[in-house]
This record gives sequence, structure tokens and C-alpha cells, in this order.
Amino acid sequence: MAESKKALLSFQADVAAWMKENVPSDPGFLLPLSFLEVGTEQQLDFLRAWQRKVWEAGFLGMHWPTEYGGQGADPDYQGVVDRELGRCNAPIMFNTIGLGWTGPLLLEMGTDTEKAKYLKHILSGDEIWCQGFSEPDHGSDLGAVQTKAVRDGDEYIINGSKIWTTLGNYADHMILLARTDPTAERKYDGLSFFLSPMKVPGVDAVPIRKVTGEYGFNQVFFTDTRIPAETLMVGEGKGWGVAMKTLEYERGVTAGQATGHWMVAIGIDDLINDLREFERDGAPVFEDPAVRDEAVGLIMEAKALSLSARRMGVPALTSDFPMGLPLSSKYRGTEWSRRMKLFGAAMQGAQGALYVDDPDAHRGGFWQRAYFSNFGATIGGGTSQVQANIIAEHVLGLPK
Amino acid sequence: MTSVLGSVSLKFSDEQSMLMDVARGFLNDKAPTDKIREFLESDQGYEPQLWKEIVDLGWAGIALPEMVGGAGLGVSAVIPVVEAMGHALLGTPLIDSTLAGQLLLRAGTAEHEPLLEEIAGGRIATVAFLDGGDWGGANLALDIAQNGVLNGTKTFVGCGHEASLILVLGQCDGEPAIAVVDAADLKPDAVSVNTLIDLTKRTAQIDFTGVQAKTVLTGERVVTAIRDYRLLGALLTAAEAAGSAARCLAVIIDYLKTRKQFGKLIGSYQALKHPTVDIYCGVEDARSFCYHAASLLNDEPLSHDAEIACRMAKVSAGQTMSYAGDRAVQFHGGIGFTWDCDSTLFIRRGQWSHQVFGDAIHHRKRLASLLLD
Repeated sequence: MAESKKALLSFQADVAAWMKENVPSDPGFLLPLSFLEVGTEQQLDFLRAWQRKVWEAGFLGMHWPTEYGGQGADPDYQGVVDRELGRCNAPIMFNTIGLGWTGPLLLEMGTDTEKAKYLKHILSGDEIWCQGFSEPDHGSDLGAVQTKAVRDGDEYIINGSKIWTTLGNYADHMILLARTDPTAERKYDGLSFFLSPMKVPGVDAVPIRKVTGEYGFNQVFFTDTRIPAETLMVGEGKGWGVAMKTLEYERGVTAGQATGHWMVAIGIDDLINDLREFERDGAPVFEDPAVRDEAVGLIMEAKALSLSARRMGVPALTSDFPMGLPLSSKYRGTEWSRRMKLFGAAMQGAQGALYVDDPDAHRGGFWQRAYFSNFGATIGGGTSQVQANIIAEHVLGLPK
Repeated sequence: MTSVLGSVSLKFSDEQSMLMDVARGFLNDKAPTDKIREFLESDQGYEPQLWKEIVDLGWAGIALPEMVGGAGLGVSAVIPVVEAMGHALLGTPLIDSTLAGQLLLRAGTAEHEPLLEEIAGGRIATVAFLDGGDWGGANLALDIAQNGVLNGTKTFVGCGHEASLILVLGQCDGEPAIAVVDAADLKPDAVSVNTLIDLTKRTAQIDFTGVQAKTVLTGERVVTAIRDYRLLGALLTAAEAAGSAARCLAVIIDYLKTRKQFGKLIGSYQALKHPTVDIYCGVEDARSFCYHAASLLNDEPLSHDAEIACRMAKVSAGQTMSYAGDRAVQFHGGIGFTWDCDSTLFIRRGQWSHQVFGDAIHHRKRLASLLLD
């Protein structure tokens, strides 16, 4: 066996042992299913302490440079950590917009000053990041962003509103896409990208209650908000390119994330194992032919998703549509997940009508909550319908 | 606890890669669509000269062991070739001969090696499996007497009109058996050709009554070999359908990028775009399942994971091809409804691929038992 493989296996054993000792038990209150749903101070404090603990143990940002708080290792090492976190059903690494999107973006496009200023605090969880892309009137049509940034000496003055801002009420910084030139011929050329401070006068974050009954999103209002001009990234009018790069990280098209453990992974085995205890027509639910057939369909899709991920590593089997598998993975994965969770809720008979907080709800209304929550994934980061357009246009070459 | 997903292995060998390149190049060159249309009207459905070239390339023996003159690469290496033939919409005896070779390899003994050598050398072989339309039935109605004389009829025999070696499934003393028949021993008028929905394919009904078998295979090995023949048949059909669906997708994309209505390219309408994306995703899944299944095959009896993989491949590719052909006709509008439009070939291939070696419902029913019980 190659040395590198041996080292990786030995590392895996270390991580597994550490997890066994340190993964916290049920805190006695509802934990968020994903970073999109951190809605209370209690949840935030708990998750911040847990992320810090994992980072201090040397298990976060495995392949980020050591000078910025990372471990300077091969990306495979983070893969090992993430798998162990998932295997242990460990609480999520909540600072996702920093860990997953801003961090790798700064490593790729940021200045040394920006890297030194932000990266370590992302890993430790000291500084929370949010993302200011979507606006009330511009969800999926990101190029139409209207929030204004006007240069005034060493500052920009921001006016406008962002919405669906995950962690916006707790965040220290926002990756902000704003319009610096309303007269630009191409709407994209009028956009600029800022690493904007949130704890400054003129920023107001208002929490939004979701279909799940929980919080996590905010609408953020900027009213004559003054931010330092040095928070502009790359250059004025270059914001669209930076935003597109950010979306590549968000959609997992490009690797580099400090961790991928930002949601409670709910897999096909959870579904199949969990449903076995339900009955239909006085017999186990999986004796019903119609239920069996639906379950087979969901298992097949889960398997196809796993196989797609493997096929991405076989160039000879992806040459017909080289970007097809990565560009369709969000669309496929989130839609499958929605249907799988819906099935989990729908197969419970009358029990499926109970919701979180009802003492008789199966696993505290787990599937019902997970189903609702999953819309965050099929809508956020570009709706499934927009994803289908992206695949049609960028993979298949169909006209706009 | 083990995962219901089972194996998710996906390997692709240098040999598979090389065969894929060679097959794609050869078929682009030798089997363009106008040629395929010429073949439709012929007795064989292909040019005999083309089959000779295919045999010279060694494709008839890819899956057979080197000791009988094959390449020793197993069925895994036939997958990219069959996929490329599906892409070209070329029907030849390759799938039937490969499957007959596998059945004989898996059910036979050393005394059958000369026959395997002939199959590797291009002798057209096939399996007479179906008694009627039920792929899920035992299909053991044909009687094989102790003395090797057959009594009964088989139908939908692939290349039945031209196969020279026929492996006939029946029962001998109540047990499943395979009679090895030389087509030269068939009675005159024993073969009647079916009129098929897919004009690139050929099957026949064959009356074997009174025919003396060269040899009869029985026993546990035969039972396993028949099961594996059915699974490998499903897999090769899936690979072919995956290739045809990919080609169908390309034809749809091409039309959506050139046809204008209401002043716009029709490909800009989401009502056409999104189903086309669904076809694309289906093609990717079908290919993933086929090459996953190929990763799990060898000359041994198929494993539990391999059985699941073959069935999933057939479900995925069969449904995708059927849907792609259906949408190809619809998306081409009025012209799509005409005989001369290539969508005609695809919708017909879709209806062929859907049923042969069991449709999606057949395999999903069996997958439910394999996955949930």
C-alpha cells in the first residue's frame, strides 16, 4: 500500500476515535437540519462551540494553508473528516458561507491582506459570514441586482435590500453583490463584489419565519450604510465574475470547501429503515406492491447519484458532455431528496399529519420537517427550474 | 448495517476505453444513418460484408476466453461496443451471438469448446428462449426427449432467420434443459420471420418439432446459466438502448437549435428544454448503471450486486429510450410524424428496448425483492 494511503487510513482512525469521545449528545433542544435554519441564540452558541472544538482538534480546513488556520494537508483529509462527521450524525459546521464559499473564494481570488484578515476567523467560528445576493425582486435573476453602492471618498454608501440572508442576523460579514454603475451597457458590468461588514450603522436584519415554522433567513435592509472602500473585491464592475465563482463553490462544481458537513445528511437507508415500523392494511408497509415500487424508484435514483459522483472521475465516460454531471448534480440531488423526504412523510398514514412538537409525532415530525426544509435546497442557490435552464444551455447548448 | 445501495463500484478499463473509441470510429464510418435506412429493407437488417468486418475486428469473441479464440475480456468489454452500435442504430447478430456464447460458456463443458471457437470466429448463434410474450415466465413448454429430439415451437428468436447455431430452452424430464441445435437440421418452413416494430431488428418463430439436438445440457449449471443469460441480455439491451437514447438526444438537440417558430428557436422554450434535460439525465443514469454493472461481471455466476445492477440498467435505459423516442416524434412536430424523419427510428427502437428481456415493471418487481426483503 502506498504511504499516502496508509497515512490517510491512520488519520481516519484518529478522527473516528476523536469523534467517539467528542461528538456531543442530544442537547435537549431542536438542532437545525442545515446551516440555513439556525434560528435561536441557543442553537447558535451550541454550534459555534462545536465548530471551534472541531477546528481546534485540527479537523477543519484540512487543505487550507496553515498560515490561515488550516492544516496544509491534501483535500482527501477533509473528505475523511466529513465522512466521519456524517457517520456519527455530528452537529453541522454552521459557518457555511465562510467555510464553503467565501473561504475558497478568498484563497483563489483574494489578496494576502484579505486572506490574513478573514480566513482564520471563518474556521474558528469567531466571525460569521452571510451572503447578500438575492433581492426581494430578483431571486434567480441575479444579474438584475439593484442594491446600490456609491463611492464616497474612502467609503461606499450602500442602499437597498437583500433577502433570504441565511445567518444575516448573526453575521459579522456579508459577501455582497451591489450595483456600482447603473448606466453600464451590460447589466453584469455594473456589478461589484464586497466583503461588507454587518455590525455597522444602517444595517438592519429582520428574521423571516419559514414554512417549517423555524427561522434562519433574514431580510437585510441597508440605509445609507457606509462601508470601507477597501472591502471591494477584485475591482469595480468585476462583481459578476466573482459572484459566478462563488456560485461554483456553492454548487459544489469546484472543490476547496473547508468542510462539506453543513446539513444533516438524510440518506436512502434512513428512509427505508425508518419506514419499516409502519403498517398499511394491517401488514408491514413494504409488503404493499405500490409502496415497494416507489421505494425501488427512490433507491435507484440514490444509486444513480452515487454512481454519477464516481463517473466524474472517469474522463472517458464523461467526454460527451464534460460539465454535464457536475452541473446537474444540484438539480438531481435536491429534487431526489425532496421526493424521498415527502415519501417518508406520506407513508406514515395518519401519523403523517402530526408536526414537530406533537408528543406523538414520529421522531418529532422528522420527515415532515425535513420535507419542508428541503425546499431551501430546491429553491436556494438557483431554483431547480433555473438549474434545468443552466443544464439545457450550458451542457446541451440549447439557446437562451 | 449494510446500505440498501449495495455496491456503487464503477471501473472503466483501458480495454473498454479502447474498444469504445474503435467502435465509435468504425460505426461513424461504416454505418451512417443513410446506410442504416438502406439496411431496413434488407433481409438481414445489415450488410453481410459489415458483419464480416465486425468479426474481423474480433467483436464476436470479445467476451469469450482466449482458449477458444476470444479476447478473454468478458461481457464488460462488449458493453461499449454494443452502446456504440445502439448509437448508430445498427442491428447485427452481435448481441444474440454474444449471449449465445455466454449461455454455452456458462452451461456447457469442455466438449463445447469447439462451438465456442466457432462463435468467436463469427458463426452466428442465438438463443431460442421465449414460448410466447411473457419474459417473466419459465418458458419451458418445449419438450426435449431423452434421445435429444425436440417437440415444440419457440418465438421471437433473435436472428432466427439466419442463425446457424441455436441454443433452445426447454425441459427434459421436467427439468430445465438446453438443446444445442444446428440450423441445418431444421425442417423446411420451420422458420417464420416476425414483423417487428424496430426495423433494424430481426426475430423469427421457429418450429423445432422433430429436430435432433446435437447435444443436450442439463443440471444446476444450466439453471444458473439461464438466469445469467436473462440478466446479461437485459444488460446488453440496456447498453444498446443507452447508446440509442444518446443519439436520439443529439438529434433532438440539433432540431431544437435550428427550428424556428414564432420568431424564436424552439429550443429556447422551456416546455421543450426541460423534458430534453430529463432525457439527458436519463441517458447519464443509464450509462452509469451499465458501466457499474460491467464493473461487477466476470465469467462466474452473477453476484447479488451484479443482478441488481443489470436490472437497474435495464429499467433506466429502457425507460429513457422509450421516453426519448416518444419526445423525439413530438418535438419534431409535423415532420416528426413522417416516416422519413429519424425520430421514426428512435420511437421504434424505444418500443423494442422497452420490452426485450423484460420491461421496467418486470425488473422493478424483482428489484423490490432484492432490495427490500
